[in-house]
Amino acid sequence: MKEKPDVLQGTLALMVLKTLDLLGPQHGYGIARRIEQISGDILAVNQGTLYPLLLKLEHEGSIASEWGASDNNRRARFYSLTGAGRKQLKAETRDWEQTAAIIARFFNVKAEDLS
Amino acid sequence: MKFLRRFFIRLSNLAAGQSADQRLQEEIAEHLAFQTEENLRAGMSPAEARRQAALKLGSSQAIREHHHAEQSLPFIENLFFDLRYAVRMLLRSPGFALIAISTIALGIGATTAIYSVIDATLMHPLPYPNPAELVRIQNDLPGVGAQDVGISVPEWRDLESSGIFQSVSVSGAGADVNLTGSAQPERLSYKHVTPNYFAVFGIEAQLGRTFDPHDATPGFNLEAVISDGLWKREFGADSHIIGKALLLDNDEYHVVGVMPPGFRDLGSTSEERNTEVWLGAGMAGLPFPPPLRGTRLQSRTVARLKPGLSIVAAQSHLDALVRSLKKQYPAEYPAQAAWAVRLTSLSESVVGSVRQSLILLFGAVGLVLLISCVNVANLLLARASLRGREIAVRQALGAQRTRLIRQFLVESLLLFLLGGIAGFAILFCTQHFLLLLVPESLPHMNEISINWGVLAFALAVSVAAGTVFGLAPAWLISRFDLISTLRQEGRGSSGSRERSRARQILVVSELALSLVLMVAAGLLLRSFWDLFQVQPGFNPDRVTAIQTWLPGPNDPATDIYRTATQESILLHEILRRSRTLPGVEEAAIGDVAAFPLGHSHPRPLPLIREGIETMDNQAPVIDGLIVSPEYFHVLGMPLLRGRLFSDQDIEDTPQVAVINQAAARMYWPGKDGKGEDPVGKRVRLHLDAREPLNSARSAWTTIVGVIADARTESLADAAIPQIYRSVYQHPAKDLDVFLRGQLEPGAILAQERSQIQSIDAQLPVFHAETLDNVLSESLSVKRFSMEMVAFFAATALLLAGLGIYGTISYVVNEQRREIAIRLALGAQKGAILTMILRRGLGLVAAGAGLGVVGALIVSHLMAGLLFGVSPNDLTTFAGVTLVLTTVALAASYIPALRAMRLDPITTLHSE
Repeated sequence: MKEKPDVLQGTLALMVLKTLDLLGPQHGYGIARRIEQISGDILAVNQGTLYPLLLKLEHEGSIASEWGASDNNRRARFYSLTGAGRKQLKAETRDWEQTAAIIARFFNVKAEDLS
Repeated sequence: MKFLRRFFIRLSNLAAGQSADQRLQEEIAEHLAFQTEENLRAGMSPAEARRQAALKLGSSQAIREHHHAEQSLPFIENLFFDLRYAVRMLLRSPGFALIAISTIALGIGATTAIYSVIDATLMHPLPYPNPAELVRIQNDLPGVGAQDVGISVPEWRDLESSGIFQSVSVSGAGADVNLTGSAQPERLSYKHVTPNYFAVFGIEAQLGRTFDPHDATPGFNLEAVISDGLWKREFGADSHIIGKALLLDNDEYHVVGVMPPGFRDLGSTSEERNTEVWLGAGMAGLPFPPPLRGTRLQSRTVARLKPGLSIVAAQSHLDALVRSLKKQYPAEYPAQAAWAVRLTSLSESVVGSVRQSLILLFGAVGLVLLISCVNVANLLLARASLRGREIAVRQALGAQRTRLIRQFLVESLLLFLLGGIAGFAILFCTQHFLLLLVPESLPHMNEISINWGVLAFALAVSVAAGTVFGLAPAWLISRFDLISTLRQEGRGSSGSRERSRARQILVVSELALSLVLMVAAGLLLRSFWDLFQVQPGFNPDRVTAIQTWLPGPNDPATDIYRTATQESILLHEILRRSRTLPGVEEAAIGDVAAFPLGHSHPRPLPLIREGIETMDNQAPVIDGLIVSPEYFHVLGMPLLRGRLFSDQDIEDTPQVAVINQAAARMYWPGKDGKGEDPVGKRVRLHLDAREPLNSARSAWTTIVGVIADARTESLADAAIPQIYRSVYQHPAKDLDVFLRGQLEPGAILAQERSQIQSIDAQLPVFHAETLDNVLSESLSVKRFSMEMVAFFAATALLLAGLGIYGTISYVVNEQRREIAIRLALGAQKGAILTMILRRGLGLVAAGAGLGVVGALIVSHLMAGLLFGVSPNDLTTFAGVTLVLTTVALAASYIPALRAMRLDPITTLHSE
């Protein structure tokens, strides 16, 4: 995890929160799968790095976890968003959109516009 | 918030030893199962499906590590591991641990002990609120060489209204008063103070009140504030004490307040510090002289500066005030006298005298600490070479270098902390014994205590020393050359060049530091020896002094010992009766200033020589003492010229005086420098508080004799000009009876008391002391610092010896093979011995060279503490260097001998 840049770390946490927000309680594999589906290769290798991150989010109180049964009746640990997590997601989405909008405006600007 | 929540959860997990590993493993197993199923569905073979799933997940070991790191606090966890490992390592080599810990305990214990003294004296000199605002104001007349001449009432009022100070208080210098009315007349230390005195310090009474700062009574306001000690001792802590009458020197005062237990008056003399009664007085009415600008009171002036005003700024305001006053009153402040007012911080005036000694001690003890730390660093390095293989193996297994450094650092910190705690514990247990070694003349001696602050100091020093002296060895150790260490296989690692150089540097610095300490101790020893050997000029042998005080009531009319004639009847009777006591051969009387090497220094008096000076303010000053005619004989001070005064020189006959040789030399030098005969010359001594307070000018005094110089004021000062006058012409209130003979100090006090009180039952008689005792007491602070420094120097020598022994042994051990080969090839045993000794000598030469340079610097810094010895004293330097060299060579001789006796065959076989 150390090797990954911090931005990616932050985005991964945000993706976990968003996934749980969209799909409700999920087990680790499910979260990994969804992120892979949406973001492509960010989790293509080292899906395992997800688990320390989940523990960190749980310590921070953004998500909660409990044992449950999966669709095919396997025992699995399910993660769900807490109230605090929902609030965090909202705040971070807003921040992220703001940042993205500013960056986008920078990228779209042309030399003529500035003269 | 989130961060804190996470931190506390992790901390509690760590504390509870809770692991999430089981849960993670299950989750991983599930994850793999899900992925495998998925892969199977995608058409992979079962084996391939499992393999791809595992690949996608990544290294499960790494995940577990990261997961665990997230679950708990790895930093603290590792610290515990290191600590546990360090404890195990120490237990495995108890000899090393014991030596290292006791070395550190010695260094830190000694440093902490001196720190506790400094904490009580230099760092908290004034137990009052905002002590930095408190200043002492001193009037000097540098033009005539007079210092601290006291302040006059108009000057005091000028200062009060100057706007520089919040408040200015004037107090007497502290004196004694007889408390009568109780079973045994008691003598108390009292101080007359202006009513704002306590307001200046900012201290309130615990019972009743202090004086009203705005009280404008010119003389004594007949109010008394008493100390907590007196209240408990004499009045049984009577809660109705307020308003009760106190009979002091036959005057009646009313108690208005009791000071809190911690309040202690400041002062440079023990009498002053033990003040038990404060009397309020405006200092401007009877019995004080009329408040004229030229009439200076024998006083001490303490003031509180306006908040935020620095002493320097206040001094410059004050200088401006002095200039304008000089212009306004040219007659009172003649230009020759060069009147000046000086501000000093009050703390400086309390502890200034011992600061140098204490700083020297702290420096010395700091050096001991440094040497002991260096020694331990050396031991750590030596041990590291024994652990070379362990370190190499750990590195080979992938231990990071920072991790290794951290572990060694934890080990050395553990050692230093244990040493520090041991040192503190020893200090704590022996504090009562150690306090006996501290001289009583040290200010605030009663406040020295081993408290939390001192413990914090000990721990802080331990941690700092452990970090500094652990880091260097840890750094060097972690730089082991992996390959060569492992390749050498049990051949005993030859260690890197770097490390052996580091050890040599450590030993050289140890030797240099010890040399510095030993030179300091040697110089102190020599100057102390000289002081001890100095001829004091008086003979203290078999002389006992006993003190008594005559009352001095405010109204002179009620004083039955007002005139010299009245007093002389009493004194003659005291002397007559004293001589009848068993064992007493001779008896004499003198005032407190005449008590040799006592706490009270004589007040300097202006000396007006007939035909030379015309005004008080222009006159040079001389120390005046008042004695009975027998004094010179009892104290063995020989007459050189003229005559002594006798019982026939009384109040009605012409005034006579005897001066010492120093005064004759200084004030009657003659035209050709050969010296003029002062006998028969006439002088006038003014500003003398002991004179009856009337406006009549004192008559001329004729000098009748010259006595030899005696060091009665300070052993270190050769000759101070003095003038002696007869007690039968100048009555004194504060008296000492000097008795020569074979006397029992315990019994003589009671005998003398019964004799004196059978003449006047109101007189207190107290404090018998032999002059021999006084003489040795007067050297106590100097002796204390000398003994301590000598002890530290001896410790340093021992440690340096051990250090060089260790290093040379190590060198021999390292070169075992080389020596064995040389011996096998036919080298002479003597040559081997010389080779090893030369190594030792090289180290000593380097250490001594550096040490001499350091010692020269230090000895010049401490020049003020030396007496009769030059800071570059060649004998001391040479002697100390010789001792150090001898010890170091002796310490290297043992391992050299071992090298010489090496058996080449067994050595080479075993390698």
